[in-house]
Amino acid sequence: MTGQGEVTERGSKTQAHPPRGGSFEGLLASREIAITCGPGGVGKTTTAAAAAAMAACRHGGRVLVLTVDPARRLAGALGLSGIGNEERRVPDEAFRAWGVVPRGELWAAMLDTKQSWDSLIRRHAPDARTRDQILANPLYRNITGRFVQSHDYIAMERLFEIHSEGTYDLIVVDTPPSRHAIDFLDAPRRMAEFFSSKLLRWLIAPYRSRLVNIASRPFSQVADRLLGTQFLVDISEFFVLFQSLYDGFVQRAEAVSRLLRARRTSFIVVTTLESASVQEVESLTREIQKRGLHLGAIVLNKVLPEYFASAMLAQTARELADRAGSVSQSLGGEPDLTERVLREIADSFLNFNVVARREAKQQQEFRPASDVVTTVPWLDGDVSDIGTLLRVGERLWE
Amino acid sequence: MKGLLDLDLVFVTGKGGVGKTTVAAALAQLAGRRGNRVLVCEMDRSDALTTQLEADPVGFTPREVTPGVFAMTMDTEASLREYLKLQLRVPIVGKIGGLARALDFVATAAPGVRDILAIGKLCYEVRERHYDVVIVDAPASGHVVGLLSAPQAINELVKVGPIRDQTDWMVEILRDPGRTGAVIVTTPEEMPVEETLELAGRLSRETVVPLSAVVVNRVLPELFGTREEAVFEWLLAPDRVAKISESVGGDVSLLFAGARLAVDLRRTRAEHLERLQAGLDRSVPVLLVPYLFARSEGLRATNQLATFLEEELGT
Repeated sequence: MTGQGEVTERGSKTQAHPPRGGSFEGLLASREIAITCGPGGVGKTTTAAAAAAMAACRHGGRVLVLTVDPARRLAGALGLSGIGNEERRVPDEAFRAWGVVPRGELWAAMLDTKQSWDSLIRRHAPDARTRDQILANPLYRNITGRFVQSHDYIAMERLFEIHSEGTYDLIVVDTPPSRHAIDFLDAPRRMAEFFSSKLLRWLIAPYRSRLVNIASRPFSQVADRLLGTQFLVDISEFFVLFQSLYDGFVQRAEAVSRLLRARRTSFIVVTTLESASVQEVESLTREIQKRGLHLGAIVLNKVLPEYFASAMLAQTARELADRAGSVSQSLGGEPDLTERVLREIADSFLNFNVVARREAKQQQEFRPASDVVTTVPWLDGDVSDIGTLLRVGERLWE
Repeated sequence: MKGLLDLDLVFVTGKGGVGKTTVAAALAQLAGRRGNRVLVCEMDRSDALTTQLEADPVGFTPREVTPGVFAMTMDTEASLREYLKLQLRVPIVGKIGGLARALDFVATAAPGVRDILAIGKLCYEVRERHYDVVIVDAPASGHVVGLLSAPQAINELVKVGPIRDQTDWMVEILRDPGRTGAVIVTTPEEMPVEETLELAGRLSRETVVPLSAVVVNRVLPELFGTREEAVFEWLLAPDRVAKISESVGGDVSLLFAGARLAVDLRRTRAEHLERLQAGLDRSVPVLLVPYLFARSEGLRATNQLATFLEEELGT
């Protein structure tokens, strides 16, 4: 696999005509933003990284993969040390070591929630004093650290920021694992709602208006008893500070939502055929379609080779199990041992046959949801280098 | 060793996708089989737990779903209402829906509020001994540390007030290895093992809850011993494969390929399992559960899993 090693001009792609029709390759050639989503443990991050690597190699241009929580070895393969938000280029040598000359550049970055929040505050705070007060507020750390939607929100925020800089031809975004894989889609809107909600005014009002008798507000009464007055004061102070950022947040959240719905953006749902994942994915694809977002492809990972589902081979396996004794006699060698091995081969096949048939049925159920349904087989090992990553990528490209 | 099911409170956690909920359901079934009165609690309203038990969705009030097993789901408003009634003796005037929704919002921002209500409810059930054992289908790795450390975390933020006074008795229950334990579920794969080892470390550093066991799900069977492996290689010679195909009346080469794949998959996974065992404290039991080829979900699968766990746990 070779190609030109030129680095392209920023903003241009060397690929003149993307392939026609629905294909994973065509999808990545025609979009600027690809977001992988899906349940936990299905290989989302690997898929995102593999797709980005292939796009950089085959299509050219500058491609970024924004990962959330990559496995140590994958992070190593991408040159991510595990610290900070910084975007790093994966050097051409890493590809050349596998006999590949990429047409474009592959960049990688990890999402560091804390750093992203800090940089968000720094950017939006109206003045240095407010900024410093927020960053120093004891609740700030906790809120942005533990706030579940915070992680989802910050991933979308970071995407927006990077996209606005216009540095990349393609950004592939790996999303955080959420209990419901759909949560991240709501994160910008929920943030905006929260910041403009009546609740906030309720919380802030007692603090701001010292003339008002705190005891007369029902929420404050109970909250005071539950949590103590100091907590209420702390949280109110925090939100007063944050108020100066509200407008910015709301506007920003709306802009992020628009970006997610734009024609340049597409969603890639990644899953395996374990049934729990299948159910989550069904509701995820419904949600994506309901919101008018573009479902570009469904990637099925860890799929068993097709031959495992074959009824004919299953029959052959049964014959082998039945005749293991006589077959082993005819072969020479140690008959008992050989018979046992033949039987195990047959039984193993039949075990996997059951799984493969179930998975084939589940695969069929995905067809209506997307034009592009790509399968990636179980890997011999895990992805620990660019070579393996490109092998996964080639399966996506087929 | 004090049995896992002799504990009063068991938190089942693990990376998303490893079968954590099924293990929680299976432990509940196992405890129920032994004549215990079991409360199994899911922390969100996904109904994943009741699906594994093939029962209708449950609410905050426990409902018997299989013999001896009562299921419930955590709910911020309901647990707040109960808390106010029982702990603070605050009269509930009218609906507290608005307040609870407000608290729910604040809960996402104010750390630990939702968690403290949940932990409080669970510890309350343990203290009152309404059940022989409480099993929690706890949040996945990322969030469970927050849940289990909520009593300590709330103390950092809330300097005075009844909530602070309330947390000490919870900590007493949580720290007692004779009463409480965490079970981390994993599969013998790279990321789950990595996360399990990280989580074990965080549990020990940031919470008081003891790690009682690690359950490794979806362990592939060992296909061949050493001698059998040698025979397998010997059989792969093309003329032998042809001979076998002829005797059997069908091409067996793909059967052999399948066996090769099974061996390779098992080998990779065995390496991850070794890494897991090496990384865990020796005192933590590692329970192995085989991959269930025949069925992947539902009551039958849950019951099969329960039987395997029973074997691993001993009598």
